[in-house]
Amino acid sequence: MTANNTLPSGQTRIDTLEMSGITKRFPGVLANDSVDFDVKAGEVHALLGENGAGKSTLMKVLYGMYHPDEGQILLNGQPITLNSPTDAINLGIGMIHQHFMLVETLTVSENVALGLPSTRGPLTDLKRVSERILELADFYGLKIDPDAYVWQLSVGQQQRVEIIKALYRGAALLILDEPTAVLTPQEVDELFVIMRQMTEDGHGLIFISHKLHEVIEICQRVTVLRDGRMIGTRSIAATTKSDLASWMVGREVSMTRDLVPMKPGEPRLVFEEIACNSDRGTPALRGLNLEVHSGEILGLAGVSGNGQRELAEVATGLRPATRGRIILEGREITHLSPGVITDLMLSYIPEERMRDGMIRDFTVAENLILREFQKMPYSKNGFLRLKTIDSHSEGLVHAFRVKTPSIETPVKSLSGGNIQKVVLARELSRKPRAIIAAQPTRGLDIGATEYVHAQLLEQRAAGTAILLISEDLDEILAMSDRIAVIFEGQIMGIVKRGEATPEQLGLLMAGVKEESEIA
Amino acid sequence: MDLIIILQAGVATGTVLLFATIGEIFSERSGVMNLGVEGMMLLGAMSAFSVAVSTGNPWLGLLVAMLAAGLLSQIHAFITITLQADQVVSGLALTFLGTGISLVLGEGLSKAGAISLLPNFSIPLLTKIPLIGPIFFTDQSIMVYVGYLFVPLTWYFINRTRPGMHLRAVGEHPAAADSLGISVYGTRYFYVFVGGALAGLAGAVISLAVSPGWFSELTTAGQGWIAVGLVIFAQWDPVRAMFGSYAFGALRRLILDIQGPAMILGFNNPFYYNPYWGFFLQMLPYAFTIFVLVIGSREAVRKRLGAPAALGQPYIRGERGL
Ligand SMILES: Nc1ncnc2c1ncn2[C@@H]1O[C@H](COP(=O)(O)OP(=O)(O)OP(=O)(O)O)[C@@H](O)[C@H]1O
Ligand SMILES: [Mg+2]
Repeated sequence: MTANNTLPSGQTRIDTLEMSGITKRFPGVLANDSVDFDVKAGEVHALLGENGAGKSTLMKVLYGMYHPDEGQILLNGQPITLNSPTDAINLGIGMIHQHFMLVETLTVSENVALGLPSTRGPLTDLKRVSERILELADFYGLKIDPDAYVWQLSVGQQQRVEIIKALYRGAALLILDEPTAVLTPQEVDELFVIMRQMTEDGHGLIFISHKLHEVIEICQRVTVLRDGRMIGTRSIAATTKSDLASWMVGREVSMTRDLVPMKPGEPRLVFEEIACNSDRGTPALRGLNLEVHSGEILGLAGVSGNGQRELAEVATGLRPATRGRIILEGREITHLSPGVITDLMLSYIPEERMRDGMIRDFTVAENLILREFQKMPYSKNGFLRLKTIDSHSEGLVHAFRVKTPSIETPVKSLSGGNIQKVVLARELSRKPRAIIAAQPTRGLDIGATEYVHAQLLEQRAAGTAILLISEDLDEILAMSDRIAVIFEGQIMGIVKRGEATPEQLGLLMAGVKEESEIA
Repeated sequence: MDLIIILQAGVATGTVLLFATIGEIFSERSGVMNLGVEGMMLLGAMSAFSVAVSTGNPWLGLLVAMLAAGLLSQIHAFITITLQADQVVSGLALTFLGTGISLVLGEGLSKAGAISLLPNFSIPLLTKIPLIGPIFFTDQSIMVYVGYLFVPLTWYFINRTRPGMHLRAVGEHPAAADSLGISVYGTRYFYVFVGGALAGLAGAVISLAVSPGWFSELTTAGQGWIAVGLVIFAQWDPVRAMFGSYAFGALRRLILDIQGPAMILGFNNPFYYNPYWGFFLQMLPYAFTIFVLVIGSREAVRKRLGAPAALGQPYIRGERGL
């Protein structure tokens, strides 16, 4: 079928791509241990594995960002060398990083045009770029406005820009590293439509996700990595979710959560008419009221950007409130400093773990005592007590199963999931009175997710008040005693566990109040 | 005190600030803050004057000033881009270095006699427009007119051309630019050089046109710092930078003039009779600069003003960012 080896974008297709015997070492870590992996045109191949298994590393090798220590890559049977992403792009390999590589202050067409030659020499040819974007968008049924600024777009729309960017550059093989982690269920469905269309045209896709139902829905083959080694490749047909789960983790994993019924206690963390501004100075919270009781998990559902982040920051003293009061155990904390609020035993698991939860260049041990380092037993008379700190850290690393070469490793070289475990270990081990957990399992593998949930349930049983902020409706439905929905900085409604349906929550999340619902 | 004269002189003095501010805008748009503007300007003023004295050619002086200050800026580029050291510390050091070199090499220059300066002229028809004509188009230095053309060109370059787009991308999201094959280091080195060259040009405009001569560090008298403040005030936009520069130029002139007459609006002029009041006035532009710099040092404020997102941060390829 020679006539059929070009893609709609004009690029020749990549019939097969093979990585064989890939080994990649980092100081103290064997991230990939002679891994074999291959993709064919027209298929979606899933790459599964626990946090730190080496998935992103393998893909960065394929995209020319890391140079492998051993092994080779064959494209249509020919060996290739990749020294930079530019080499990969030129060979038709594209990658969508979990954290988007988009310049927010540029428009969609400017982002697409970046780095490409222009037909008008030193001037931009954005008109032509826009036309081509619309052509591609039309072909794949994507809705996109080439003149919109990226900062105006939702996360889902930004991801479409990334896909267009790769297609525009003629990607024949596209790597998607956890593309669904930040998407709403509707956006995931839209992404899958595009992915199916792309494989029909002859693109090859690599899909990384921790959500097994997605893998089953969209992929044809799946490869599992564990501790840097390839465990095997299987066809998806005739595998179930629980098969995949136990294959991946190496043990049985429970998919359901038991919330032992509890009598909720007194209101412990209370928001009264709270208002505050976003980074851009526009109102983010507009008179929000909420009560979290002791021994309760209150799930806060909502589409990202409706004030969730600001709510967490106002409560922890990181953002000034313009109006209203926040009360923790009967004491007003509205205008207290983050340090004082910490001492009142409010724990915080931030959404942006790397930026707000960690000091990147500090070691695991140092990050584990960030909240309490100036107190006994970690310091005395202004001196750190290193022995105590080390044994405390060793204990936590063991208890929370953090995968790290040592407690002296800087956190920035840990995998995403293990960074999250370090934050959790620090925040939960101090016996907090209340916890604000923002997207605590985003990016975590199923084993780690199960573990985090178990930890939160243990805290609930101990009478802690927990505000669980999540965009993952499954997590909210499984974990919450009550579910509050936030929309444009206000609470749209509160639903009890068992009475909430995903449809009802979806409507509230879109800002539709029940009274105005048309049957 | 004549308002027209104050404004006319304001445009002339403001041209110095204009070039320095736009230079710093280029540098900061690529993500590198360079607090060495004052030192680079002084080096420019000294080398321009010195070359003009020895060759008799002010244009050659201008060129050498741009090269000298541009080269000086590359020390900052190397320290902050390649060695990834703190931009504030390195920039401050650059000011000391530039000032020191200029004072040593400029020794004795102040005694140089009259030299040929950059020409002044009026624009034939435009000079007749009421108000605008006398302020903007009458007996101004050629560099003032260059300034008028420079602002829209700069704006167009940054906002409408391909290299301008790459410049903005590097200052906002270097990793994204890098992943698309744009050289982050190359871009930053280049625009730090541009910033240095323009600071040198600003210095040359002082010593060869606006207030000719070499008066050691009083030649620039802190205008480099005002330029750094103006960048924030102008929100990294060349057109706003122009308004700010001319306004500050006029303010400087007003402060000088207001201390002249014994009577002002029919009252005894306090600034004439009491020198301390005069010092207070002279302090105002610098106080304003400090105020803007302090306000602008808060990250939240900077974000709101539209600072380049990666301003001040070194770029390391392959660094894990989650
Ligand atoms: N730049 C680096 N420097 C040092 N160690 C690294 C670096 N990148 C990755 N590692 C280590 O290599 C291992 C594999 O990391 P990788 O990011 O590939 O995991 P992953 O499978 O993508 O995990 P996750 O699901 O959490 O994203 C981890 O132990 C990590 O700590
Ligand atoms: Mg990863």
